Amino acid sequence: MTSTSSILSIRGVSRSFGSPGGPQTVALQATDLDVAENDFVTILGPSGCGKSTLLRIVAGLDVPSSGEVLLDGAKVQGPGADRGMVFQSYTLFPWLTVLENVAFGLRERGLPKAQQQEIAQDFLAKVGLAKFAGHYPKQLSGGMQQRTALARALANGPRMLLMDEPFGALDHQTRELMQELLLGIWEREKKTVLFVTHDIDEAIFMGSRVVVMSARPGRIKSDLPSPFEHPRHYSVKTTAEFAALKRELTEQLRSEVQAAALS
Amino acid sequence: MRPLTPVTPRARVALGLSFFIVFTALWAAVTFGGLVSKTFLADPLTMLKSGWTLLVEMGFAKDIGMTVWRVLGGFLIAAALALPLGVLMGTYKPVEAFFEPFVSFARYLPASAFIPLLILWAGIGEAQKLAVIFIGSFFQLTLMIAVAVGNTRRDLVEAAYTLGVSDRTLISRVLLPGAAPEIAEILRMVLGWAWTYVIVAELIGASSGIGHMITDSQALLATDQIIFGIIVIGLIGLVSDFAFKALNRSLFPWAQLDR
Repeated sequence: MTSTSSILSIRGVSRSFGSPGGPQTVALQATDLDVAENDFVTILGPSGCGKSTLLRIVAGLDVPSSGEVLLDGAKVQGPGADRGMVFQSYTLFPWLTVLENVAFGLRERGLPKAQQQEIAQDFLAKVGLAKFAGHYPKQLSGGMQQRTALARALANGPRMLLMDEPFGALDHQTRELMQELLLGIWEREKKTVLFVTHDIDEAIFMGSRVVVMSARPGRIKSDLPSPFEHPRHYSVKTTAEFAALKRELTEQLRSEVQAAALS
Repeated sequence: MRPLTPVTPRARVALGLSFFIVFTALWAAVTFGGLVSKTFLADPLTMLKSGWTLLVEMGFAKDIGMTVWRVLGGFLIAAALALPLGVLMGTYKPVEAFFEPFVSFARYLPASAFIPLLILWAGIGEAQKLAVIFIGSFFQLTLMIAVAVGNTRRDLVEAAYTLGVSDRTLISRVLLPGAAPEIAEILRMVLGWAWTYVIVAELIGASSGIGHMITDSQALLATDQIIFGIIVIGLIGLVSDFAFKALNRSLFPWAQLDR
C-alpha cells in the first residue's frame, strides 16, 4: 500500500500516559498505517493493546505523543465531521428522537430542515429503522441503538468511518446480524472504514485487511488480507479458508494475550 | 411488603393522603382531649375558623400574595443570574476554578444572618426581602447547575464532536439539553428552600406577608392563626412543587423513560 493512494496515513503515531517528568506508560508504540480509499481495515488486538487509543487519535479525540495522522494529506488537528465514529457505548443523545439523532450533524451544518429529515429518513431506512423515527433512544434495544448510531455517522457523509468495537456490547446473534448489515451497507456505499475489534471472526468477516496488534505497549504485529470476495455471505465463516485464516490469527493473538497476562 | 417493590399510583395517593388524616386526627385528639392547653396549641377547628376570619375580614389574602410575589421575585432574579454563571462554570474549568471556592463558601452563609445587614443597606422595604431570597438561593443554584452541566456524559460530548459540533455550539446542542431536566429539578428544589427564607425575612422588619402575620399573632398568643399561616405556606409549597414536577415531566418526556 503506497501512501499516494491512501486516504488515511498514520505516521509514527505513539501515545504515552503519565504526568510530564513523571514515569511514563507507553500505551502505543510508534505506529505506521495507511488506509486506501474504500478499504475496510479491521484492527484486531487483545484488550488494553492501544487499538482504541489509535482509533481515538485518528478521530482527533486523543492527541498522539509523537507522530501525526494525515487525512487526504492534511494533518488531523482535532475531531471533525469528516471522520464519523461509532462508539462501543451507546452514545445516542437521549433528549433527541431517533430521527433527530440521525439529523444531528446535518443540523449542525445548517441544512434546511426538510432536507435534514429527508436524508435522515433515508439512512434510517438503510438500517431498517424507518418505523422508529419518532422513538427516543431509551425505547430501543442495544442493537437498534447501534444501528441508529451507524445511520447517524453515515448520514453526515463522512470521508471515513471509525468504529470502536461498535457491536462489543451486543449479544452474539444480534452482533452477527449487525455485521451483515454493516457489510451490506459498505458493499453498496463503498465507505472507507477503520474498525477496531477483539473478535477474530468479526475481524476476518468484516475486513478486507486485518491488522493485528501486539499486547501493550501496542504495535502492529501483522497485516493480512482477508481475501473473501464480495458480496460476502455469512456462510463464508464455515469455509476452510476462513478457518485457516482464523487459526493463524488465533495463534498470533494467543501469544499476545499470554504476554499481556504475564506482564 | 417487599423491599424496593413499587406501589401502584392509586395506592400511592391513598397512602400519602392517609398520613395527613392520621396526623390531623392525632392533632385533634391531643387538643380536643385536653392533653395540651389551648394556649400552646389550638385545635384544628379553631384554626380553620380563625383562618377564615383572617382571609375574609383581615385581608390575609393580600399577605399571601405579597409573600408569593417576594419568593418568586427573589427566586427568578437568582435563577436568571445563576443559570448563565452555573453553565459557564460547568463548561469552562478555569471559570469554575475562579468562582467555585467563593461560591462554595458563600452558600454556607446563612441567608437569615444577613437580615440585619440588609436592613441597614436596603431598609425594610421589598429590596431587603428579595435580597434575602437571592442570597439564600443564588449560590446554591449556581453550584448545583455547574455540577449538573459538568457531569454531562463525556462520550456524548465526543460523539457530538465527531458529528461536527464546534466548541461554540457544544453548549447549546449538548450540554444544555442534556442537563436541562436536572437543572429543572434543581430549580424546583431550591424554590422550596426559598420559601423558608422568605418567612424568616418577614419575621423581622416587615409590614405585610405571611411571616408578618405570624409575628403579629405571636404577640397575641394566637396559635390558631400561626398554625393557619404555617399550613398555608405548606399548601402553597406543595402545590407549586406539584406544578413544577408536572411541568418538568411535560417538558422532558425523554428523561422520564428510565424512571
